Amino acid sequence: MAALDQDPVISVRGATATLGARPVLRGVDLTVHRGEVVALLGANGSGKSTAVRSVIGQVPLTGGRIELFGTEQKRFRDWARVGYVPQRTTAASGVPATIREVVSSGRLSRRRFGWLTKADKAAVEAAIDLVGLTDRAKDSVSALSGGQHQRVLIARALASEPELLIMDEPMAGVDLASQEILAATLREQVAGGTSVLLVLHELGPLEPLIDRAVVLREGCVVHDGPPPEAVGQHALPGHDHVHPHAAGEPLRTGLLT
Amino acid sequence: MEMLDLAFMQRALLAAVLVGITAPAVGIYLVQRRQALMGDGIGHVAMTGVGLGFLLNSSPVWMATIVAVVGSVAMELIRAYGKTRGDLALALLFYGGMAGGVLLINLSPTGSNANLSSYLFGSLSTVSSEDITAIAILAAFVVLVTVGLRRQLFAVSQDEEFARVTGLPVRALNLLIAVTAAVTVTVAMRVVGLLLVSALMVVPVAAAQQLSKSFRTTFVLAVATGITVTLAGTATSYYQDVPPGATIVLYAIGVFVLLTLLATPLAKRRARATEAEADAGTDGCGAPLPATRRPTDDVKV
Repeated sequence: MAALDQDPVISVRGATATLGARPVLRGVDLTVHRGEVVALLGANGSGKSTAVRSVIGQVPLTGGRIELFGTEQKRFRDWARVGYVPQRTTAASGVPATIREVVSSGRLSRRRFGWLTKADKAAVEAAIDLVGLTDRAKDSVSALSGGQHQRVLIARALASEPELLIMDEPMAGVDLASQEILAATLREQVAGGTSVLLVLHELGPLEPLIDRAVVLREGCVVHDGPPPEAVGQHALPGHDHVHPHAAGEPLRTGLLT
Repeated sequence: MEMLDLAFMQRALLAAVLVGITAPAVGIYLVQRRQALMGDGIGHVAMTGVGLGFLLNSSPVWMATIVAVVGSVAMELIRAYGKTRGDLALALLFYGGMAGGVLLINLSPTGSNANLSSYLFGSLSTVSSEDITAIAILAAFVVLVTVGLRRQLFAVSQDEEFARVTGLPVRALNLLIAVTAAVTVTVAMRVVGLLLVSALMVVPVAAAQQLSKSFRTTFVLAVATGITVTLAGTATSYYQDVPPGATIVLYAIGVFVLLTLLATPLAKRRARATEAEADAGTDGCGAPLPATRRPTDDVKV
């Protein structure tokens, strides 16, 4: 892990946002330093997704400020440095498209107009390879499983070779085997110096990668530090599965509520 | 091929080819966005333009283009900004456009419902050389946009939120799709008619999807289908004296049925090939199960 830089890649200060009349974010502070992997945790409706979507400018703030790479978010134009994985259960749309075609659209942030060059095509192939779908690149995304859809969406984000990955529940509905592949992909990216902000519902196989966890509850940050230990109801059997064969390193798969 | 000697048939066939290219080329993005019926709505709105053209004694094609563009931009803005009652607003726009067309054309001294029906259902003999110029210019614009910006339009239609995060001018591209669709409707109006325009935007794409796995193949197949059915329909209507619009649409549906029937054995063959591949590789059922769950686990739940 690289030494943490002083200049953060994401800096959110006192962010407030409302959806309709309901306040969803009520003064959120969130910082991601260069090379850091930060998990945003919390129950459904705690504001995780809204926080992430406000970082990328999809939800307008009613107060506070957001900076990306030291630039105020409204003036930030260098979107090729950011790879975004939206919360989706499918990568398909109304018309068939191959994995390669979907992943190629991630390259638009580098080459907005004009033809794709050899370097662009190589980056697309590399991204597909990273998520282990090279042999299926020509297949229609509608023929994929849920976990493979998520891998396509991640490859699309990686195609622009971003310095910062923002992922909204990349593990939702993904089987364990695909989760392991995604974790390995992410590990490789982090080793290469990529910063990551990800919304998670449960830590799962990503736990060893996470430097810091930020827990939201009803739009407020209630924890900012190392991934939370199981306390309260999470420590109860049925929430915290400690398996005897992994005594040295307990594997927690319990839901964070 | 005596029909090729007739000037009006030359114009009709040229218009047919242009429609066969442009309608599916725009339609594919509408289908991708799951707005397959958008073309139908624009067609309704364009009727007001036709009526206005008659009333003001100017070219109905250009007037329909202007009104359809304004209408489709309004639809796009309603889609983008309207929250809950978007569908109602669209319904108002559609029916308002249709009623406006009927009213205006009856108000005008030269127009009648008979005149309107050539715009509603298409007509070969009435395609003037003036119309051909307008259609050719508009078709060139549509092809330039749908082919030249295919990567950008694909991304926007596939996943709008992601496209915004890549820094694409999504709002501008959405408006461009709306304007292009409106222009296409007026291009196709003279040949297939306003009421059936939408069919030519959607049915060839639906037919192409039956066989294709990629967006590119779908695009090419849809345009090829479009050209084939418009030419065949136009020729048929010359020999059999049937309305070209309806003939073209029925041919398109015929192609759809044909390709659907063809797709089943093709899919079976593909599945067999994939199966054989999976058996050879490690992708089959031999993948190791995760070792973290054991029946002997003594943790009580």
